[in-house]
Order: sequence, then structure tokens, then C-alpha cells
Amino acid sequence: MRRNGRLGRKRPPKYSAAALAWKGFRGESWPRVWRDCDLKRSYDAVVIGGGVHGLATAYYLARNHGITDVAVLDKAYLGSGGSGRNTAIVRSNYLTPEGVAFYDRSVHLYEQMAVELNINVMFSQRGHLTLAHSDASLRTMHWRAEVNKLGGVNSSVIGPDEIKKECPSLDTSDHPRYPIQGALYHPPGGVVRHDAVVWGYARAADHMGVEMHQKTEVTDILCDGGDGPDGKGAGGRVTGVRTNRGDISTPIVINCTAGWASLISTMAGVRLPITTHPLQAAVTEPVKMFLPTVVVSGSLHVYVSQTDRGELVFGASVDPYANYSVRGSLEFTEGLAGHVLELMPGVSRMRILRQWSGLCDMTPDYSPVMGFTPVDGFLVDVGWGTYGFKAAPVSGEQMAEAAATGRTPKLIEAFALSRFDNGELVGEKGAASVGH
Amino acid sequence: MLLVPCPNCGPRNSTDLRYGGESHARPDPNTASPSEWRAYLYLRDNPAGWLRENWYCASGCRRWFSIERNTATNEFRNPPLPGDKRGGAA
Repeated sequence: MRRNGRLGRKRPPKYSAAALAWKGFRGESWPRVWRDCDLKRSYDAVVIGGGVHGLATAYYLARNHGITDVAVLDKAYLGSGGSGRNTAIVRSNYLTPEGVAFYDRSVHLYEQMAVELNINVMFSQRGHLTLAHSDASLRTMHWRAEVNKLGGVNSSVIGPDEIKKECPSLDTSDHPRYPIQGALYHPPGGVVRHDAVVWGYARAADHMGVEMHQKTEVTDILCDGGDGPDGKGAGGRVTGVRTNRGDISTPIVINCTAGWASLISTMAGVRLPITTHPLQAAVTEPVKMFLPTVVVSGSLHVYVSQTDRGELVFGASVDPYANYSVRGSLEFTEGLAGHVLELMPGVSRMRILRQWSGLCDMTPDYSPVMGFTPVDGFLVDVGWGTYGFKAAPVSGEQMAEAAATGRTPKLIEAFALSRFDNGELVGEKGAASVGH
Repeated sequence: MLLVPCPNCGPRNSTDLRYGGESHARPDPNTASPSEWRAYLYLRDNPAGWLRENWYCASGCRRWFSIERNTATNEFRNPPLPGDKRGGAA
């Protein structure tokens, strides 16, 4: 196996301003970004889920560990799930020391991504405000700020006057029902163009020999020696996966799905502490830039940022009941509009263009489940709730290390599935869906 | 809008109720092993289909009840009969 094995593949044309001008001048079209391959009978590793987590894992397997005989399987198209449905916010101002270290690494990887993957991911570190509307939540903000400072993350608590200076459109008066009392200000936070991240990882992984298989649905995971039926379950090992395009034999299967994480894991006889809830989001018509930062309110269950096109993107908390349907609801739109107007009365005449939802795998402690399972060779990178996109690069890097070395890297030790057996939950109250 | 058929109050908007998650039989405290308790506490089947789950009619009769719902289509079936004291909830 060659390190960075390029397998004789032609280097893809570099994206640059000069290339754009040259192609535009000559009227040339761009070549396809990744190949369509025939499904082989065996791979060194199979990644289930062609979203940003799966693609990042495949990319780092190839780049950092020289394992290029990897197939990424997706039942729809690349980035069709949560990777294209999130609200693209990246930040590291979490509450637990484990969470802060982990997400901070992710922010660093995002900062280098445009250069590393040679694609413009439009990472705009515009600052991130988490508003506090009560004494209790202000106390949590102070707590988070101190944990962040200890972890070397730039965060501080600011008062209403400074909030007004950062973000003049917010109503910082005492008129609203829940007046803004302060905020956790996190300057490195911001937004990324999520599709570009998916395409960037796919293009870089393809270049190193990884195969992406779209419209390839995994229907079963083949196991041997486990204590359950068909050799599945604890104590067994993975021998391959069954797909709608035939069987594949492989010693390593990494479950990087969101929404369907429980169903895929059940195929290997692994039960997870996960329930699937949709999270709804909405976008308004475009207007001139007026919102310079990302604004989040845990108490009002809303987060909002303005895209480069000028649309406001809103997200909320997950729906209260488990659901696999991604249908929007009126309660959501009504609640969201009320909460946004509470924060920014000035946007009352704006119209909502579109709403959508994505599936979130919620864990009891709002932390992911990463690493090894009782089934040998079956790894999970699941339970990404409402924080999956911002963690994608670091998850890919760490999962690749786990799969390649057979050891759990230090950064994700705390997120192992076995923490539920040992009672060592990582209560991450800094997650977006948690009220403070 | 999800209409939940409460056995006592009839169809109510889901915002009137509180969701109680999957309905599992509680292990027998006299014989249960720690791993059974952990499974009861944390592990979920989370199917994309029919699921028996608990709801609490918070703004209505203020009773727990258990009902089957299809998590892919949001249809309900098999509500408990009115007057069932525990509402079939486990």
C-alpha cells in the first residue's frame, strides 16, 4: 500500500483564479469532480454514509494512514442528509473540557481546509453570540467562558451595551418578555459553506483513490462469531456488508450515518442509546447585510445567521418526539417567528422563503458516540445530534486514526459507547438544542 | 400538526402533551442485573416504523398513556381504552 497512494490517478486541475480566467477565456468546461466506479467485491474499509463525516473519515484514512482501498457508500447522493441541511455554524465554545478540546481542533481544521483541500469553503469567522436571558443562563455563560479560557478558546461574557455594539439590530432593551442580560461572545465562531466542505472532501478523497458509491444502500452487515442470530452481536466480528448492488467483504465497517444510525447499527447487532428527532430550519428572502455575527439564544431555542446572499438562516431545537419524517410543521414556523421577533423586532416584514428539516440522532447526554463497539471491526461515528457539521473534520481525523491503528485516540476517549455502561456520561449543555 | 388521540380527551395537538419516549417494561428490581438497568435506562430500538411509546396529557387529563405510532408516517393505532388506570404506560 503506498502512502498517499495516488494509484496513478491524474492530478485534478487546481482551482484558482487563474484557472477560472483561463477556462472562461477558452470556454472549457470543468472535468467531473469524482469518478463513478464499479463496486468491487472487497475493500480494506467500508464507510457507510456519504456525508461530511463519512467523506472526512475516508479522506483522513487515505491521507494520514495510507489506506486508500476504501469505499464510501450512500443510499442517496453525497451530502444529501444532514451535511446539506444544517445551518453551517462552526464554533468551539462548549461546556465540558472534553467538548472544548474536541471542537477547538475542529475549528483549527476548518481554518486550514480551504488551503488543504484547494476549494473555497467560504469560512467566515464572523463571531458568535450566545445570548442569556436569565441569571441562571448568564451563570452558565460565565461557566462556559471560564472552561473555554482554560482550554485556550477565545470566549468572554459581554453585557447588553457591548452586544448592541456588535449587533445593532438586536433588541437589548428591557421591553421584551425575556430581556437580553448578556452574552457569551466567541470571536472565532462563524459559518462555512457546507456543500463546499462535502465536495472538497469528496474530491480530495477521490484523488487519493477512495471510491464513492452513490445510490448504494446497505441492507445488512455480515458478521461472524457474535452471540446473536447470524453471528451478529457482542463478541463477533464484521466480515462484510450487503448492499442493493451486491455483497462486499471487508474487515472494517464505519457507520457514519445520521438519522439512520440506530438502524445501521442494529444490522450488526449493536443497540445504541439514540433516538432520531427532526430539526427544522428556515430561510428568509435576501436583504442587505445587517447581521454581522451568528446569534444564538438557548432559552428561546433559535439561532440565526445571515448568508453571503443576504438571507437569514434560522434553526431551532429538535422536535419533541422521535420521528423519521422530515416534514415541516406550523408550530415550528409560528414559534420561530415569535422568538426571532423577540430578538430582532426590525425583521417583522421579512418573508420566509423555505423551510426544511434534517434528522438528528440525539443521545441522552448531548455528546456523540464514537469509536469501537462490542463487534470487532464495526466502528461508529454517530449520535451527532445538532452538532455534527461543526465536528466533521476532527471526527473524520479521529475515526480514521481509530480504524487504522485499532486504538481509541485520546481526543475521543470520552465519547466511547462504553461510557453508558460505566456511567461516565459527558453532559454537554453547550449543545444548541439545550435550553439553559 | 400532530394530533395525538388521548384516550380520555380525544385528539389533541401534540403541543398539549409531553413526549415520554419508547415504552419498555421496567426490569424487576429484585432480579435485574446492572447491565439490564443500563439497557433500560439508555438503549433504544429507535425503529423507522411502528413504535409503542408513552405520552403525558399535560394540558388535558394529566394522565400517562401508551400508544403505537409509526415514526415514519406519524399514524397512530391501538390507543388504550378510557379508564385504563395506568393507560397501558410502562
